[in-house]
Amino acid sequence: MTAVETAQPERRTLTGALGTFTSRHAAVLPTIAAVAILIVLLVGAQMYFGNFLTARNMSALLLDNAYLMVLAVGMTFVIVTAGIDLSVGSVMAFTGIFGASLLASGVPLVIALPAMLVSGAAIGLLIGVLVQYFNVQPFIASLAGLFLGRGLAFVVSLSSIRVEDPALLWLQSTRFRLGDWYITPTGIIAIVAVVIGALVMHFTRFGRTVYAVGGSAQSARLMGLNVARTTVMVYVISGLCGGLAGLVLTAYSGAGYPRNGIGTELDVIAVVVIGGTLLTGGRGYVLGSMIGVFVYGTIKTIISFMGAEQSWTHIIVGGLLLLFIVVQRAIVARSERGS
Amino acid sequence: MKALTKHRLFWPATALITLLVVNTVANPNFAKVTVQDGQLYGNPINILRESAPLMLVALGMTIVIATRGIDLSVGAVMAVSGAVALTIIDRADDSNRVTVVAIAIVVAVLVALVLGVWNGFLVSVLGIQPIIATLVLMLAGRGAALLITDGFITTVNSDPLSYIASGYLLILPFAFFVWVAAVVIVGLVERRTALGMLTEAVGINPEASRLAGVRSRGIVWSAYVLSGTLAGIAGVIYASNIKAADANAAGYLIELYAILAVVLGGTSLMGGKFSIAGTVIGVLTVQALDSAILFLGVPPAQSPVFFAAVVILVVLLQSPRVHRWGRSLGSSVRRTPQEAPPEVDDDRDADRAENVQKEAVR
Repeated sequence: MTAVETAQPERRTLTGALGTFTSRHAAVLPTIAAVAILIVLLVGAQMYFGNFLTARNMSALLLDNAYLMVLAVGMTFVIVTAGIDLSVGSVMAFTGIFGASLLASGVPLVIALPAMLVSGAAIGLLIGVLVQYFNVQPFIASLAGLFLGRGLAFVVSLSSIRVEDPALLWLQSTRFRLGDWYITPTGIIAIVAVVIGALVMHFTRFGRTVYAVGGSAQSARLMGLNVARTTVMVYVISGLCGGLAGLVLTAYSGAGYPRNGIGTELDVIAVVVIGGTLLTGGRGYVLGSMIGVFVYGTIKTIISFMGAEQSWTHIIVGGLLLLFIVVQRAIVARSERGS
Repeated sequence: MKALTKHRLFWPATALITLLVVNTVANPNFAKVTVQDGQLYGNPINILRESAPLMLVALGMTIVIATRGIDLSVGAVMAVSGAVALTIIDRADDSNRVTVVAIAIVVAVLVALVLGVWNGFLVSVLGIQPIIATLVLMLAGRGAALLITDGFITTVNSDPLSYIASGYLLILPFAFFVWVAAVVIVGLVERRTALGMLTEAVGINPEASRLAGVRSRGIVWSAYVLSGTLAGIAGVIYASNIKAADANAAGYLIELYAILAVVLGGTSLMGGKFSIAGTVIGVLTVQALDSAILFLGVPPAQSPVFFAAVVILVVLLQSPRVHRWGRSLGSSVRRTPQEAPPEVDDDRDADRAENVQKEAVR
């Protein structure tokens, strides 16, 4: 499941302390690799451009990718149970435009915000029920969610809706400063989502069950864990995060737009995998996904610094994704041999 | 009658016919065909013409799904092949020369073939999960297509190129003949040789077929090569239809529509048994539904809501739980209710499905 593997004595003598560490903490390795890549990227960019590691730049990294971070938290839960959620991009678009239209018609934010979260969670609930109770593959069930979210976004409005609500705009325009560093309320929302996600994952019974389900749903069921509820819940959490990301993105862009988030589901899956979560389930960290988002954001910033085509971002992220998948494959193969 | 309803194509065909009949009754224009200069026009002809890209992609997807795989990269491959073809034609001196267009198409399809080889390599040699292996190209492919066109939408005016999507051969659109030819060729190769049976064997039980001496690597690999190549041809047809290479719009969501069409045609996503005729019916159903939604006056952007409903309906009809409900409903009518299957089955079904998935992962 999560983790700790007993190292074979002979291997320990052969490869020394490093070997012991890697075989005992195989689950953490991809995340450590992600941290290493992030550091290399940051240091490399600083040496190349000279003005990359500035407070303003690093603060913008969080600000620009806050919605991605919120989505990545939900996706981590889903992928750790060995599922996948393709609907997050369109759920974000739907809740975003839904919220914007509610605000535009004079509904206060205190009502619009829960409405956004609930509508996101409802699509997640639909996917979870299809997956758990009707044996639909997560990929297909969330495909229905993708179509539904995208279609509903266009049903709400075919064009973008500007947001004038001061409370929502406050989320974006306020900057809490510490010297040159700043953080916006949207950034705080993203960080809080990561912290709550990490705490739930590691310190609650639910979190442990999520790992257990991902390791082997059959064993988890035999242990008496509530697999059905957990499976449905992870999709609800992902939908909820989709709703929250809709709020963050609407605040960020100052408008709801039904075409938002096309292809975002791929970016989210990529950052979660780069952050060290195993696609076959059972292993992964919310904090790792946060690192994955930073790697993605840094690549994007570097490319815009170089003035190159933004399409390079996807090519590089695709290459990184491939690298991590191959590394994961090797780790899984090794731990299977070891056990 | 029983034999008819038991046939695996019965329900897909019924769904398609119902869809066509309901639409024709609601709006007679839906089925109106007119003859102009010895060529047929009208909505049914449009459905046959416009289904070409989806048909080609779904055809490759059927074979890939039969091997327990999935190819998410087809849309991106379409974008790349369209970008390659139109960039070559755009840079040529005379974009109306047939040879220029032919060379462009051959190069574009070869590039797509190479991308298929790449996907197949990741899946069959490195043993990476198909969803993930093809996700890499899905992510990077559109980026590459944008680089090929320098981030612009390349437009060309080339008569030979636009003939592919809009031209007529005899009385029917040329694109129609392209997909019919592809379906016939793939059908013959799969069903008149042992390849189809071996593909199904690999999909039903990879381990057993390995023990029986089936070389699954080549079979799985060739499925992705076929899928990539067909997606390449689809990309050329799409580009020819809009006379432009739009790296963002080309093949957008087509992988999902193709999977939907394959499932509608009765091929299970768990791999194994596949039906090419079913996929043809599935694609025509998707295309007819798309056209029906347009006829209803719904903005095209909102049509995903309808497709979401179709996806949910189809997967529910295929799910073991609903089958059990259906059975217990049937048996409670005929016999005593006690004979309804016990609830224990539920877990067992779930476990079995899970084991199958886990195996597929390995």
